[in-house]
Amino acid sequence: MIRLEELTKVFETPSGPVVAADKVSMEVPTGEICVLLGPSGCGKTTVLKMVNRLVSPTSGKIFIDGKDTSTLNDVELRRSIGYVIQQIGLFPNMTIEENICVVPRLLGWEKAKARARAAELLDLVGLDAKLYLNRYPKELSGGQQQRVGVIRALAADPPVMLMDEPFGAIDPINREVIQDEFLKMQSEIKKTIMFVSHDIDEAVKMGDKVAIFRAGKIEQYDSPDKVLAHPANAFIADFVGADRTLKRLRLVTVEAVSDPAWPAVSRHASIRDALMAMRERKADVAIMLDADQRPTGYLSEEMAEGASGVARDVARPLPATVPARADLRAVVSEMFAHDVMWLTCVDDNGRFAGVVTQAVVTAVLGETYRRQGMAAQ
Amino acid sequence: MSMSAGTATPVGAPRRGWVLPVAMLALGLLIGLSGIVGQIALYWDDIVYLSQEHVVLVASSGGAAILVGVPVGILLSRPSMQRVAETVMQIFNIGTTIPTLAVLALSMTLLGIGFAPAFFGLFVASLLPIVRNTYAGLLAVPGHYKEAAHGMGMTPVQILTRVELPNALYVIFSGIRTALAINVGTTPLAFLIGGGGLGALIFTGIDLMDTGMLLAGAIPTAALAVLVDFLMGQAQLRLIPRGVNPLR
Ligand SMILES: Nc1ncnc2c1ncn2[C@@H]1O[C@H](COP(=O)(O)OP(=O)(O)O)[C@@H](O)[C@H]1O
Ligand SMILES: [Mg+2]
Repeated sequence: MIRLEELTKVFETPSGPVVAADKVSMEVPTGEICVLLGPSGCGKTTVLKMVNRLVSPTSGKIFIDGKDTSTLNDVELRRSIGYVIQQIGLFPNMTIEENICVVPRLLGWEKAKARARAAELLDLVGLDAKLYLNRYPKELSGGQQQRVGVIRALAADPPVMLMDEPFGAIDPINREVIQDEFLKMQSEIKKTIMFVSHDIDEAVKMGDKVAIFRAGKIEQYDSPDKVLAHPANAFIADFVGADRTLKRLRLVTVEAVSDPAWPAVSRHASIRDALMAMRERKADVAIMLDADQRPTGYLSEEMAEGASGVARDVARPLPATVPARADLRAVVSEMFAHDVMWLTCVDDNGRFAGVVTQAVVTAVLGETYRRQGMAAQ
Repeated sequence: MSMSAGTATPVGAPRRGWVLPVAMLALGLLIGLSGIVGQIALYWDDIVYLSQEHVVLVASSGGAAILVGVPVGILLSRPSMQRVAETVMQIFNIGTTIPTLAVLALSMTLLGIGFAPAFFGLFVASLLPIVRNTYAGLLAVPGHYKEAAHGMGMTPVQILTRVELPNALYVIFSGIRTALAINVGTTPLAFLIGGGGLGALIFTGIDLMDTGMLLAGAIPTAALAVLVDFLMGQAQLRLIPRGVNPLR
């Protein structure tokens, strides 16, 4: 856990003092990612650098796992904290192996052990160790360098990581990929992470919590959904953008809102049975599944009404399906693209996993508002 | 070379490549054909003796310039020296514009004649490019390398030796290469202030209009220049890590 207490930094500059951080107090729980978010120059980097003492605080305290960091040796403290910067900062004179092994070697690890660790980490981000250990940074693509920058910070397995716009220099498409990779990794390694970003989309995606800064002060420290649903003031509402409600769509997965008990029938089920199932659930369509439980078509009440025979005879092909792991943004996008009010969800194996409706999506977006409203009463 | 930092501009290494060796070969053939080899051979003992003097002068003054210049350049590049460094580099830059013959003359007025003033003059003339390139090369190392190193828990000495110096090495080597070229080119003048060396044959040869004597001094001098530059080129190619070596 990282705890900041009334952390303040005043830079003395020729044009007068600059307050870069103003009584910042916050807590990052163990194993969570906290994103420091805000416009350029609001003090995010300064706060981050006070944690590993690249900048010494004017006043205030920092505790890591309960220990006051000002009582620790600066160099040892830094070796125990992973640090990733936007420019990546891989040393061009060192091979990838040497780069990854910097901190382990500083800590006195055996060369063989450090090398094995480097290989293991390269594997973790999908880079073939045999191919890359002996390369130089300039022989890697930007995205590969960024991955190495991240695993270099993880090399000595530090419990705490500081990341200053780590994916800022990568093109948008690769950035999404690396963000996803990193989140997947984090779900296993569970580091306590402070992550600086100026991009609201990145913040709500990466953060368990988001701290929004303005002129050295924290304006709001909340979960991404809270920040989007209930901006604490006009500045934050403006910063997160007019489309903040749409942004919340990304925070919810299809799985979380789809109805797995939606009526589904086999191809050989009688139309009568299909109609009964629909009426029972007050649903106006039923999904038709093949023998492997894969959705292959649908029947609506209208189509079934008055018809006889089996489902297969009247069913129509499905307009589209969505993976259960997708977020609601993908759902809305598909709904608009196909002009439909509902979509079938499938699991990783393509099997039926439920149905998500537009009504449900709207309800989810309204939910936190309503919850908030009830609490206020 | 477009790298520059404040008033300090590193000097590029001369790249003569193959032109000089071929020219020398042609010259050698010409001389051989004109039957002058015999005349030069008359001075064999002098050539051997004076060459030794010459090489000692080059090696000692050049070596001393490296041993002093690199640490001074490092010292000046430290952030705490920032203010002083700018002034010092300005003085050094003015110093570079003084012709090397004048440097030797000034050295003589200071130290008299003999080995000492020759050594000192050559040392000073070679010092400037080394200090200048070491300083500029270190300042040109991008700040984010230093920041990353610092943030990962390297000590200032570790940052210098593992990150800054390796990344400045190419520029530092270029400075040394230039310095040695200046040194080798100036050493024949050492004779004028009693420093000995192959200049003795060259200048006496000029005075006596003795072509054999003149060439007996000039050819080894030229050969030494080519050799030193070749060795420096090889060192630059081989000693600098592949990741930061534009030659590889
Ligand atoms: N070393 C420094 N000296 C003087 N002022 C600084 C220094 N570092 C940062 N600042 C100032 O502090 C403020 C916050 O900077 P920074 O923390 O880098 O912001 P951010 O990372 O949010 O863009 C800015 O006004 C910046 O100019
Ligand atoms: Mg910043």
